[in-house]
Amino acid sequence: MTQIDMPTLFFAAIFTNNILLTNFLGLCPYIAISKNINSAAGLGVAVIFVMTCTAALNHLIYYQVLVPLHLEHFQFIIFIVVIAAFVQVVEMTIDRYFPALYQVLGIFLPLITVNCAILGASLFMIIRDYTLLQSMGYGAGSGTGWLLAITLVGAIREKIQKTGKLPKGLEGPGITLIITGLLSLAFTAFSGLIKIQ
Amino acid sequence: MKEIFIGLLAIASISAALALIIELAGAYIANYGEKHILVNNKKDLVVEGGNPLLFSLMSKNIFIPSACGGKGTCTYCKVKIHEGAGPVLPTETPYLDKDEMKDNIRLSCQVKVKEDMKIEIPEDLFLIREFRSVVEKTEDLTPTNKGITLRITSPEDGILFKPGQYVQLQVPPFKLSKTSEFRAYSIASNADDTTHVQLVITKVENGIVSTYVHDYLKEGDEVTIRGPFGDFFLRDSQRDILFIATGSGLAPVMSMLYQIEGEEIKRKTTLFFGDRKPHDLYFQDQLIYWQKSIVNFTFIPTLSRAVEEDSWNGEKGRVTTLIHKHIPDNTPLDVYICGAPPMVESCAKVLRQKGIPASNVFYDKFE
Repeated sequence: MTQIDMPTLFFAAIFTNNILLTNFLGLCPYIAISKNINSAAGLGVAVIFVMTCTAALNHLIYYQVLVPLHLEHFQFIIFIVVIAAFVQVVEMTIDRYFPALYQVLGIFLPLITVNCAILGASLFMIIRDYTLLQSMGYGAGSGTGWLLAITLVGAIREKIQKTGKLPKGLEGPGITLIITGLLSLAFTAFSGLIKIQ
Repeated sequence: MKEIFIGLLAIASISAALALIIELAGAYIANYGEKHILVNNKKDLVVEGGNPLLFSLMSKNIFIPSACGGKGTCTYCKVKIHEGAGPVLPTETPYLDKDEMKDNIRLSCQVKVKEDMKIEIPEDLFLIREFRSVVEKTEDLTPTNKGITLRITSPEDGILFKPGQYVQLQVPPFKLSKTSEFRAYSIASNADDTTHVQLVITKVENGIVSTYVHDYLKEGDEVTIRGPFGDFFLRDSQRDILFIATGSGLAPVMSMLYQIEGEEIKRKTTLFFGDRKPHDLYFQDQLIYWQKSIVNFTFIPTLSRAVEEDSWNGEKGRVTTLIHKHIPDNTPLDVYICGAPPMVESCAKVLRQKGIPASNVFYDKFE
């Protein structure tokens, strides 16, 4: 078991081991939805929520069901279906009982099923031997880190759209990947600070 | 061996458990029960809640126009929702301006029926229905245009439409398309005959519906149509009428001429019809007959590619040439234009130069 307390892990997952900028997971929704900062933030909040909950759920299923039955090698497929089912149920619940929240998160939830950062967080927590509490901290932290990254790039892209003139080939995903690379360099500078595994 | 068995069993049961949870959630959480939709303060519909308004209305045989199939891109399905729509959704905001939002206009394909609703739709939409029909006659009108006559079998009282309106013709999946597709075609026949509609279908290279009609559709086949749609119909006024049509754009004009004949409208009526070659002319017998039977009706065809061998004695050139030649400046006129968009636009431009106000020009662009 990794000796690191939950709050530290939470902050480490945001700054020193950002899942998007150091592990490059969840890049496709990140590029597609970062055109403006509002949708970027909406998607980010949804990712935090789903990542925290699915990390906990998958932790329970892995250690309570898969390990006793010696079925650890099925973790991929099980994690994916758990995430998909969870997202589906959450969407229905929010749609029904929290219309205001559905306004903000609703349309982003289905996108999250295929966000590989979510699966990534679940797999990392197994590889790194986190406890349930650590996993939730890590999930919440990774989600927050993902939100931070996408809002950063969303803000930069909005600014570029208003002021900058780009060569045609660089518009959209092109410039986004370059910005991501620069952001990533900045974030990896912190990477040795906290050891998370 | 045992491991494989346990593995399969475990995966299957976990998946089944999750599926069960989703099903239960669907049955209890997403079950909105029966909801009432009050349409135009008079028609009370009871629908199953939770579905988009567009499809809920469709299930009750109210067909809101939609071209994109409920994907939230064409914006044809706008309706006024007085109560029960909830706040405007992010998927709607790009398509609604400030006035529309103030007026409670919403995209019916995006708004779900979650509570009882009060909505307002144009009365005409009540007339839009789905009809089953049998192909009674197909005829080659020109080398590229096929005329099909459909006999409506259900509902038995047939279709009520204003001459000039169009229907959606639905064709089944075939070689060119894996799904059932529909396209819009104007009705060419007399509106008094409610059990028959005649459509003119131009062959379009790789066009799904037109290819089906030209190459596969036979007399005796069953097809589904929906309608009537559109606001291309005769307006009441004392002004003279000018029809301008090219190609299959003649279809709605034919229907309007049946109306002028039937209602004995005495307004001076002129039809400019343009195409390329003599063999592109169709419905000629009927039009020549109307020249005699309808008081004040003149039919002027023009051909843009007639050569000497065609021995064509009529007008040559495009329909815009006819406007220049036959329509004096500032004539009080109602103009109805139907055909390909470039033709419609160039005619509208010439008419503007002639001093005919845009409010008296009505058109139907065949995309």
